[in-house]
This record gives sequence, C-alpha cells and structure tokens, in this order.
Amino acid sequence: MDTPIIRVENVHYRYPSGIEALKGVSLEIYPGEFIAIMGENGSGKTTLIKHFNGVLKPSKGHVVVKGIDTGETSVAELSKIVGIVFQNPDHQLFAENVLEEIAFPLKNFGFSEDFIKRRVEWALKIMDLEKYSNKSPYMLSIGERKRLTIAAVLAYDPEVIVLDEPTAGQDYLQKEKISEIMNLLRLAGKTVVVVTHDVEFVVEHIDRVILMSNGHIIADGKTPEILSRIELIRKTRILPPQITRLAYLLYTKNIISTKYFIKTDEIIGTLLEILKDKKEEMR
Amino acid sequence: MIIDLEDVNYWYPSSSDPVLKNIHLKADRGEIILLTGPSGCGKSTLARILNGLIPNFYGGRLEGKISIIGMDPRETPTYKLAKHVGFVFQNPENQLFFSTVEKELAFGLENLGISPEIIMEKIEKILKEYGIEDLRNRSPSELSGGQQQKVAIASVMIMNPEIIVLDEPTANLDPVSAIKILGLVKRKTLEKNTLTIIIEHRIEIVLPFITRLIVMKDGEIVADGDPIETIITYRHIIGIPPILRLYERLEENGIKIPKKPKTPEELALMIYRYLQKHQISLGK
Repeated sequence: MDTPIIRVENVHYRYPSGIEALKGVSLEIYPGEFIAIMGENGSGKTTLIKHFNGVLKPSKGHVVVKGIDTGETSVAELSKIVGIVFQNPDHQLFAENVLEEIAFPLKNFGFSEDFIKRRVEWALKIMDLEKYSNKSPYMLSIGERKRLTIAAVLAYDPEVIVLDEPTAGQDYLQKEKISEIMNLLRLAGKTVVVVTHDVEFVVEHIDRVILMSNGHIIADGKTPEILSRIELIRKTRILPPQITRLAYLLYTKNIISTKYFIKTDEIIGTLLEILKDKKEEMR
Repeated sequence: MIIDLEDVNYWYPSSSDPVLKNIHLKADRGEIILLTGPSGCGKSTLARILNGLIPNFYGGRLEGKISIIGMDPRETPTYKLAKHVGFVFQNPENQLFFSTVEKELAFGLENLGISPEIIMEKIEKILKEYGIEDLRNRSPSELSGGQQQKVAIASVMIMNPEIIVLDEPTANLDPVSAIKILGLVKRKTLEKNTLTIIIEHRIEIVLPFITRLIVMKDGEIVADGDPIETIITYRHIIGIPPILRLYERLEENGIKIPKKPKTPEELALMIYRYLQKHQISLGK
C-alpha cells in the first residue's frame, strides 16, 4: 500500500476555553481516497479537519502531511497540499471581485500570470461563475458564494481537498453541480475529505466513512459497512440512507439475507429475485 | 380558506422585474404544505407576505388580492398579524432576543396577559416536548445553531398560532432531531387544526409529514398538488428521494406495489404484505 498522505497520530486538542475537542484521534488518509467524516454537532469533526492544513496544531500528538509534521511548517506551505473549503463561505471571502478571489492564492504561491489566468478561467467555468467574474463576492447568493470558495481552492490544484458541509442549504440543482465536481475530482485522482450530515450524498460519492462522537473516532470503514450499523449511526444522530433503512427492515423479517445495501442499484436485483419468484409460484 | 391569494405580484423597492408573478394560493386549516424550488425562486419572499413583513417592513410594490385569516397585510399592522401567524426564520439567531430561554418562551404569552402560573405550565410542557429542559436558564446567544433552532420553533409553537411558517427549519438540525421536530409540528397542526407551511430543500426528510407540495420557479408557482405525484413530475428541479426511485424500478420490472411509498418503512411493510398475500394464496 501507498504511504498515507495525511497521518494523524493520537491527537488531542484543547481550545483556549478549556474544551477538549479531540481526545486521542488516530487515522491515516491515503492518496485517492474519498472519505466522509460524520458525527453529531460538537463531536470534533471541524476541529479535526483544521489540523490537516495546520490552522490548528495538536495540543498532544502529531499530524503529518506528506511527510511534514504540521508543527514544523507554516499554514501557507501546507495549504499548497491541503485545500480546505469551510462551511460558511463568508468566513473565507475577502477580495473585491470574484476573479480576484480565485486568483489570490495563486498569486500568493507565486505562479506566473499566464498560468494564473488559465487556472482562474477554468475554475470559473467549472463552477458556473463566469458571468460574475467582475462582481463583488457579496453580491452573490449564499449558494454561489459557496461555489466560489470551492472554485478558489480547486484553482490552485491541491492534492487533498477538504469540504465542510458542501451540500448544506444547497438546492437540488446546486447539489447536482457539487456531485459533478466530486466526479471530476475522482477522475483527477484527488484525495477528498468531506464533513457532512448528508447521508445520501455519502452513499453517492464516498468510499470510506469515519464516525466521530465526543472527540473520538468510534468507527472507520467502508461506506456500506459503517452506514448499515443502524444502532451505531443513530447514536451519532444521523439517519441511515433510505435504502439501508429498507434493507434493515427486510433483513430483520428474514426476507433478505444481508443488510449491507446502500444504493438502489445494489438492492434492486435481490428484491426482483424474491418478488418475481413469488409471482411465478402463484401461477 | 385562511390563506387566499389571487393574482399577487410583488416588486422589491429596487427591482424592475417582479420577484413574485401571478401567484394564486388558497390554503386551509389542517394542511401541511411544503413550499420548495431552486434558490432565488421567491419562496421566502412569498412567506414574508403571510406575516406582513412584506410590504410593512420591506416596502416595494404589492399587487393582487390578499387575505390572511381575513386580514390584508397592506392594511394590518405586523404585530396584529403576528398574533395569528407564527414565523420561524432560516437563521434562528435573528429572532431570539432575551437573556434566557425561559424568558424567550414566556415573552409572547406575557404580552397576551396570561397568568404566570399558566405560563409556567406551558413552558414546562414545551421544554419537555422539544427536549430542551436543560437549556431553560441558558442564554440563547450562547447556544449552538441546532439548539437555537429548537428554541426558536418552541417559542413560536407555544403561542398556538393559526398559521405556522417554517423557513428551512432543519438547516441547523441533525437529521434525527429534524424528524422529531417535524413530528411535533405535525401533531400540533392536526390537534389544533392549524395550517403549516414549510420551506425546505430536503424533500426526503419532510415528505412523510406533508399533505401538499408547491413548487416555485422564477417567481411563479409551477406546481401545486399531491406530494408524491408532484415530486415525480418535477424531479428535474427538486430531485426525487431514493426510495421512490426504487419503487419506480420495481414497477418497471412488473412488480405492482399498491401505493407509492413516502418512507423506506412504508415500502418495507408493503413488500412484507405482498409476500404474505402471495404465500397465503399458495397455501390454498
């Protein structure tokens, strides 16, 4: 197996207020993985991802990004590798216009003007923001501002992209847009970490789920495996995917023999077999 | 009809194009209506007419016939409408003013001149219902977004309004809390025979609770009717829950399930009965 791109070793984090948000978290993230971090509000998800680019440094333990200990380098340096899109776009936007907003990190990293121009155009286009390039970010709707913060990160092409609640408050069409981006990131071989409550989005795009509760990781595994542990995930105040809720009930009634279903495409074959069978027996 | 809008058009003060066009909406007690549509379609604007914030607070030009429990917001002061129309905003912070949750809940009732004993009784009951007993003496401003949302909804529900408008009530709530609160709202709507209007993008979460679905696009109502049939027709704008997609796949393959399901639990029960029925006929 590859070496991990991010390694979190027994990390504790205590906020200046005294609240201990992480209480010994360890995990490894490998290149090309699509990971969701899920858990109830206040479980430590956002605190954890803030360690990935060094915005927060562990009170105890280590975070190592591409072999570099985050305690020994700057946020600017780490941000080249890990781009984070925070939940509230307003905490991240500051430039005079949309174009500048996207160009800013690229300029900061010292890329050539020609390169910057091409990257900005590309990012505007894929996030469907071309028509706003000269507008102030604050003239945009909240959904558009969110897409702008995503564009600003995609433009400088970090290896790891972290998205905090990308679908929250987004309408159906905006969610579809974010889905397209996820597919694009997969084609580009990126590593993606998403913090989310949106279980159907996880079903669609994510390979591995990490569940957090009260500053600890309480489960870490493949998406179907974790999301079908109904009792465990209810404890973290998440609702299982609709197909999993169906599978679980049919499984407890002995109608199907496994409960590890999360998608329509996976369960449809099994259901047709059972239901069609009965039709033929009836004749 | 406690809401009756006919040919309503509205322009914000600075806009040359109307943000609401040709709105016809009749709604009555006992209904729980989901109002949905792409961002910027005008659904929050429409809701603001129902509690009189438009035009009393926002100004602009408002045309058409409007009756909210017999009142026209253009001729009625907002405080008078507020007695009948409870409104929970998208951002709950904006509607919490007091130093404790208890004071927040008591305020509206005190204004109505209700006796302190009865107010305390009502507060006890609602704190329990919403699972926020431990927040009673906390300051709303120091609560999490989800806790604030629960307090905001409770402070509106305690007034027993005849019309309840919830603008993205689940945005700050975890899914398990969201379902619990929607259940409480539904119970209230049925018990007190009120009207509830919910604005929300997450259709699969609200679907089990609603009686009617309205879709807006570009300032117009483009669909208004049975929730499931409307979802199926307008899926390209509002999306379709996975369980309905599965139902369609079964139907395409010749499996006839009697009803389109609103929840996975409903479909599981229908599959169970389907199998039972067929096994019984086998035994004969």
